Amino acid sequence: MEFLNDLKDQVSTAYELLAAGWGVQLLWGIAWTLAVTVVSMLIGAVLGSLVAAAKLSHRGGLRFIGESYTTVFRGEPELLIIYLFYYGGTQVLTGVARSTGSIGSTDILSMPSFLGGVLAVGIISGAYQAEVFRGSFLAIHRGELEAARAYGMSAWLRFRLVIMPQVLRLAVPGLGNVWQLTIKDSALISVTGVAELMLTANKAARSTHHSLLFYTLAGILYLVMTSISTPIFDKAERYTSRSLLRPK
Amino acid sequence: MDFDFYLSTMWSVLKALPLTLEIWFFGIAFGLIIATGLTWLRASGYKLGEYFTRAYVFVFRGSPLLVQLYLIYFGLSQFDFVRHSPILWPILRDPMYCTIVAMALNTAAYESEIFRGALRAVPVGQIEAAKAFGMSAFTRFRLVTLPIALRLALPAYSTEIILMTKATALASVVTIMEMMGTAQKIQHDTFRPIEVLTCAGVIYLLLNLSIARLFAWVEHRLSPHLRPPPEQSRLAEPVPEVL
Repeated sequence: MEFLNDLKDQVSTAYELLAAGWGVQLLWGIAWTLAVTVVSMLIGAVLGSLVAAAKLSHRGGLRFIGESYTTVFRGEPELLIIYLFYYGGTQVLTGVARSTGSIGSTDILSMPSFLGGVLAVGIISGAYQAEVFRGSFLAIHRGELEAARAYGMSAWLRFRLVIMPQVLRLAVPGLGNVWQLTIKDSALISVTGVAELMLTANKAARSTHHSLLFYTLAGILYLVMTSISTPIFDKAERYTSRSLLRPK
Repeated sequence: MDFDFYLSTMWSVLKALPLTLEIWFFGIAFGLIIATGLTWLRASGYKLGEYFTRAYVFVFRGSPLLVQLYLIYFGLSQFDFVRHSPILWPILRDPMYCTIVAMALNTAAYESEIFRGALRAVPVGQIEAAKAFGMSAFTRFRLVTLPIALRLALPAYSTEIILMTKATALASVVTIMEMMGTAQKIQHDTFRPIEVLTCAGVIYLLLNLSIARLFAWVEHRLSPHLRPPPEQSRLAEPVPEVL
């Protein structure tokens, strides 16, 4: 019964610790995690649509660039990309600043951790989003594109009125998956010192010696975030495909 | 371009490849065992088994692997019974074993879903035909359901294996000196992160590309019935004379 006694102790200390300020800290952690995820998704959406366009291009060179992008950023460990942007960014910034003389020759100009983390996670997210967008584009009925061309629509008009609305509709379920993936990837940028949920839980665990409690809490909070987003994306899917639903 | 530096870094990181592969292999092997158990539990038809697997999949797919790793490595040692257990403690105090346990538990959740989907995708007609032949349930499973399901699960399974290669890098945050950990150390010693991480990145990429090629080859070998037949015209061509 040692197990149960342990658990009882944990629960009673949990309340004290959370009330003593760690609760607020964790809430801030959630806010940062969501901020990182949203910004990364936006960076990923821009990069993803460009890369998808490159992969669908008729030019071999562009296709090669697109293919390489998705292969590299889906094939490398996320941690490596994050280190590359954070420490690599620091290396570049320091080099530039030293050569222009704005810092001393032994000083270091570090990459802002939020920027480095968001860029890394955004670029990874972009690789997955590119695949989603590409798949959605290929799912558009060819006849619709031909009809638009037959009407004499310009390339831009075709994109705005025929391609984009349908790609967005077809991409919603896939984007939901990427969103979940990005939330989970955002936990990795704790290694660069962004005070998101994972790092906050880490700090709390180290300074209070209640690692079980805080890591369990972090796990539950991540579960809440990933499971809340499912109905939201379901709703978005219904909304974007409302014209295709059977009337009640 | 400091060519010697690239070469020596490449070599140091490559020396850590066996350790990465060890974590990878055991994570996948134990993961496969757990996933098989979960799939069986889900398919057994018991309500309790279904609820358990659903909850398991929800928890392990919904939270980051890093949280699971920290929870296992730092969290579980809070329990006195874990620290005093002669079986659990030697496993849970070792960061290497903890990484393998976390990876296995995590991948099992994804794999059990892959296997479930593959089992459901086996055409009903095939199973009906097997029944009509009078095959017993076990023979049916061994000769019809399992081979078809395994073939159908292969593409998704290969993706999961590649995700596992990427996941081994997380071992570096719990002090394991596998490829990522080694790269981190060199990077801290030399302050040349871009060069060092590029070297490590090339090795990871080659590793994943070869895994992908291997699976593509296995898939090709296992699906001769899906390939288009050789073109008739080429068969009809006269055999060219030898010289």
